[in-house]
Amino acid sequence: MAFLEINHVTKSYGANQVLRDINLSIEKGEFVAIVGYSGAGKTTLISLIAGLLRPDTGSLTLNDLEITEPGPDRGVVFQNYSLLPWLTVYENILLAVEQVSPNWSSAKKQQHVEEHIELVNLGPARNKRPSELSGGMRQRVSLARALAMNPQILLLDEPLSALDALTRATLQTEIERIWEQDRKTVVLITNDVDEGILLADRIIPLSAGPGATLGPSIAIDIPRPRDRKALNHEPRYQKIRRQVIDFLLGDGGRKHTVVARKLILPDIEPEDLSAPHSFGGRKRKPIRRGEVKTEPVEVDV
Amino acid sequence: MKKIKLDWLILPLLGIFAVVLLWQLSASTWAKELPSPFKTWVASQAYILEPFAKRGEMDQGILRFTWYSLVLVAKGYAIALLIGTPLGFLLGLSATFTKIFDPIIQILRPVSPLAWLPLGLVLFVGAGKQASEFGALFTIAICAMWPTVLNTAVGVRAIPQDYLNVARVLKLSRSKTLFKVLIPASLPYMFTGFRLSLGIAWLVIVAAEMLTGRPGVGGFLWQEYNALVYEHIILCIITIGLVGFLLDRLMSMAERRFKTA
Repeated sequence: MAFLEINHVTKSYGANQVLRDINLSIEKGEFVAIVGYSGAGKTTLISLIAGLLRPDTGSLTLNDLEITEPGPDRGVVFQNYSLLPWLTVYENILLAVEQVSPNWSSAKKQQHVEEHIELVNLGPARNKRPSELSGGMRQRVSLARALAMNPQILLLDEPLSALDALTRATLQTEIERIWEQDRKTVVLITNDVDEGILLADRIIPLSAGPGATLGPSIAIDIPRPRDRKALNHEPRYQKIRRQVIDFLLGDGGRKHTVVARKLILPDIEPEDLSAPHSFGGRKRKPIRRGEVKTEPVEVDV
Repeated sequence: MKKIKLDWLILPLLGIFAVVLLWQLSASTWAKELPSPFKTWVASQAYILEPFAKRGEMDQGILRFTWYSLVLVAKGYAIALLIGTPLGFLLGLSATFTKIFDPIIQILRPVSPLAWLPLGLVLFVGAGKQASEFGALFTIAICAMWPTVLNTAVGVRAIPQDYLNVARVLKLSRSKTLFKVLIPASLPYMFTGFRLSLGIAWLVIVAAEMLTGRPGVGGFLWQEYNALVYEHIILCIITIGLVGFLLDRLMSMAERRFKTA
């Protein structure tokens, strides 16, 4: 039995089927990236793994125990940081530590929190409120909080989507560095293929909605540490990237079909500006001639 | 020479001057019974210059009267908040609760304090001497409650799902979720409610005192009206306005301290 097993999971919201027949197996210590379109159901998938939602059919198990409700053993880093704004950085992380290890002495808790603040390089910002931090810093706090819970699996729900490209690059390096220390099991949801290939051991595309399903799992055998600049020239990177994008834009992409449609084209001639104004008269209106044409048009199914 | 900006002082003084002018003009022309500003000052001197004197039950310095009113407001306001805040939370957290009680709230809300007061006196008639105080407290509480209730409910409903998800992932107990997440998150809205409630409570106390004849600003006002000393009516109006303004300022200072993102 793999560490995390997702079997034939479907999820619908009312009449909309969001996820269809999701199957996934993740071993302990693996870093898996799931790439897909916005609105395809990536957050739904992460919420199912986290236990915030229950699937309509199928099951999710972690360590052979079925996932029925959320808990600190599945640490989540939300897309919107979700830091409590009335608590400082220190207090936000302390809240998590107190929930997970209530029996520790306060000195031990303090040390644990400090360690994690240092881990994400936010020592000087310890006593700041989230409103005083930049987006990248808030996301680091969110990451520190998730790690401080000592989870069995770390779920990153598009953690870098809300950041500018430069901060994204910096934080990707941070995530890689932090992961190297612990080698936790990580599921990363992202809309950036390059980010997935840079960080993960395996990359799996999620097809477009509705009824999104996982595509083929592609192993990334590029050795770590991966240098972003060198990666551009790495043939394996290019091959994996092409495979993923082919899936997303091709079969896994939005479905198109070609139909022949009758189009009635207005044949407009320009106004004659040399003619005088006429209020209510017909002199300056554009001349239209109806014309019927048959054209093949690509439409979304 | 540098121009000293005294706009903040001069312009409001200009406004006050305009009102006093209007007052004087009205007193000299169409409102013959209205005392002029000067007459008002002369008749009120004793009350203003010795604000804490106590010459008789209904003949005390103006600040003493204000103090009596404030004490009653404080008690009634506290009751309003103690009942209103949990009620607001229940409304915000449960849609069923809202459906059950919202029509009742909407019906009770527009009822004037002048209508509640007789009911209050009837309810507490068994309390004997305390009846008028309990009646007044009842009236203040039931009138001032509604902004707190409704704003707290809105605040609870407006809590982002993200914070609740965090509470779920951390497996916070119900009481911890309440005190560590729900209350801090809805505090800004609650304070808006508190501030509006305070304004209403102060409004109601004047009406309550007028109807029950208790010593206080309202009671003094009504007594002086009956005694045909109209200058004191105006003194009371000004006092009521100034105190209300002050209370609102204090409340908004407290509100700013608690404003979180």
